[in-house]
Amino acid sequence: MDRGTVRAVEDVSFDLDPGEFIGVVGESGCGKSTLLFAIAQLLAPPAEITGGSVTFAGRSLVGLTDRQLAAVRWKDLSVVMQSAMNALNPVKSIGSQFKDAMRAHGVTSKSEVAERSAEVLRMVGIDPVHLKSYPFQLSGGMRQRSMIAMAMLFTPDLVIMDEPTSALDVVAQRSLMVQIKELQQRLGFAIIFVTHDMSLVSHFSDRLMVMYAGQVAEFGPTREVFDAPRHPYSIGLLDAFPSIRGPRLPLTGIPGAPPDLARPPAGCRFAPRCPQVMDECRATPPELYEAGPVQVRCLLHSPDHRPDQNLRNGTPPPGSAAGSVSTVAAGGGAAGSVATEEGSADE
Amino acid sequence: MSDAPAQDGAAPLLRTEGLTRHFRIGGALSRRTLHAVDDVSLDIGDREIVALAGESGSGKSTIARLLAKLYKPTSGEIYFQGQPVSQLRSRADTLRYTGLVPMVFQDPFSSINPVLRISHGVLRGLKLHRPELSAEQRRAEAERVFEVVGLAPAAEVLQRYPHELSGGQRQRVGFAQALALRPKLILADEPVSMLDVSIRIGLLNLMARLRDEEGVSILYITHDIASARYIADRLIVMYAGQIAESGPVEEVLGAPKHPYTQLLLSAVPDPRAPLDVTAETDRGEPPRVIDPVPGCRFRWRCPLAIDQCHQATPELAELGPEHAAACFVAQAGADVKAF
Repeated sequence: MDRGTVRAVEDVSFDLDPGEFIGVVGESGCGKSTLLFAIAQLLAPPAEITGGSVTFAGRSLVGLTDRQLAAVRWKDLSVVMQSAMNALNPVKSIGSQFKDAMRAHGVTSKSEVAERSAEVLRMVGIDPVHLKSYPFQLSGGMRQRSMIAMAMLFTPDLVIMDEPTSALDVVAQRSLMVQIKELQQRLGFAIIFVTHDMSLVSHFSDRLMVMYAGQVAEFGPTREVFDAPRHPYSIGLLDAFPSIRGPRLPLTGIPGAPPDLARPPAGCRFAPRCPQVMDECRATPPELYEAGPVQVRCLLHSPDHRPDQNLRNGTPPPGSAAGSVSTVAAGGGAAGSVATEEGSADE
Repeated sequence: MSDAPAQDGAAPLLRTEGLTRHFRIGGALSRRTLHAVDDVSLDIGDREIVALAGESGSGKSTIARLLAKLYKPTSGEIYFQGQPVSQLRSRADTLRYTGLVPMVFQDPFSSINPVLRISHGVLRGLKLHRPELSAEQRRAEAERVFEVVGLAPAAEVLQRYPHELSGGQRQRVGFAQALALRPKLILADEPVSMLDVSIRIGLLNLMARLRDEEGVSILYITHDIASARYIADRLIVMYAGQIAESGPVEEVLGAPKHPYTQLLLSAVPDPRAPLDVTAETDRGEPPRVIDPVPGCRFRWRCPLAIDQCHQATPELAELGPEHAAACFVAQAGADVKAF
């Protein structure tokens, strides 16, 4: 059954400074993991980057050979996957997996390997005796911690995390988040953190990107997005969390389901579920508009929008070339460069 | 089971007494025993949503499986409408019980057969549990319950295949299948944890409606305290196979008595509140309760533990109206503020 091409991620651009923490949130299928895989150059066929660039510390990652990427991975950029149980090799001890990663980057001295392995494990609060343990002998929290320890082996400039805490209980989850933040402040690496749970990053990320149907819906300083969400989707998402304090209010969530990305709606992709939808939303795809300190993809925030006047045939969006973008920019090292361009990842 | 209606007001819909389930672990010669559920006594009333909360490994899913008769208790008894469930012998009695107390599972993607139409599961349940219905009546009943859970147009949804439905819709199918059996109590094991945030609320609202409009009780098993607060009437907090605290949900969350409940509450991310980084010594490692010795199971993580906690296991005791906690410090009348 060929459903044609799915644009899983479209037109995502951002810069990431050295030491910065960006949270990426959205529902399943919104493209957040595809974005992250595109940045890390981990997309497997048939998925491919069809446009745009990823520049890491001044160097383009798109189009690098596997060998060139291998030199960067673990050393300058590491990825912590969602399920440590699946990401770790079940038949090798934690220590021998650490050794493999270090050997691949030319660290062969036994004492150096042992020393560094013990050091990173201690860094995440695990007793180095567990270097001899196999993944199944560790609790879920310890497995995630050892994945993070592994990512720290070479003190990378960028750590990409795909829902690293989603399999954990709330107490373990919070403890891990606090630890990640501490390590980041101590070692100075940048983080791109993908999660479906907006509240999880609320206290940890510097900036927050809300994705919907493959696009950026809203992007800005985390506190700003939480305190004054502008996109109706961000508002709905925030309102979908029942609170443990204050009055017990009836909530509605967001009715409906995200669109099929093989056949996205003509106008705004959120229009079919949007409580504030206007006529023009169904015809005009919104761009990312600047609204105060944030960017919002919503016609309500278009400079042409007049609140009292919902024109049936709104003015066409100024120059919305189909340029898709994907991006990344990781400030690596001292240079702290960053870049962005156009691109999209198709699947 | 004989047709004994609940003694009016007297007996709760379902009650457990000292419910215990142990698992032998290790090799054939191993004598080690995992205490998944230890001495749990709880009750669930008519038209009531009771939330059973706790971390993974706390025994909450084991309780659901015991109530569903998927496991046999090691000791203790379950009483349903006053009748001991262990006395159910015949297939007909067991079928009747499982129809009155059906289960909805966590994973909406693996709990529905992917190669059969949606109608298959619900019609099969009806045929098995309500043999008096004709084929036509079964179809009508299937359409009725699909409408109730918000799957409209029902006739059309019934004809679809599982892959044509979203996760939220599939979970509604789970509730429709349960509802078709005319249940008194639905056992819902983490029914929304695999759904996207924006559609979870819809399912929670559905559960509240089933209670209010269909008169069904629900045991809502979850690790998400905030969602428990949103729909439950009462909350039971489990820790390491035992009940740590129970009571009306607002009571327990408004004035938690057990240090574990306090830890759980302090860890819930709340974007509306400032980050409280004081209680960060806890790594959140749940204990595996293997061959436990006497003593409170939370004592290793509890900043308030006293000598007594290492010597004896605290029992659940009432500390307020219907509000009980298993904690020596709280029972001594101290103002517990552990986290």
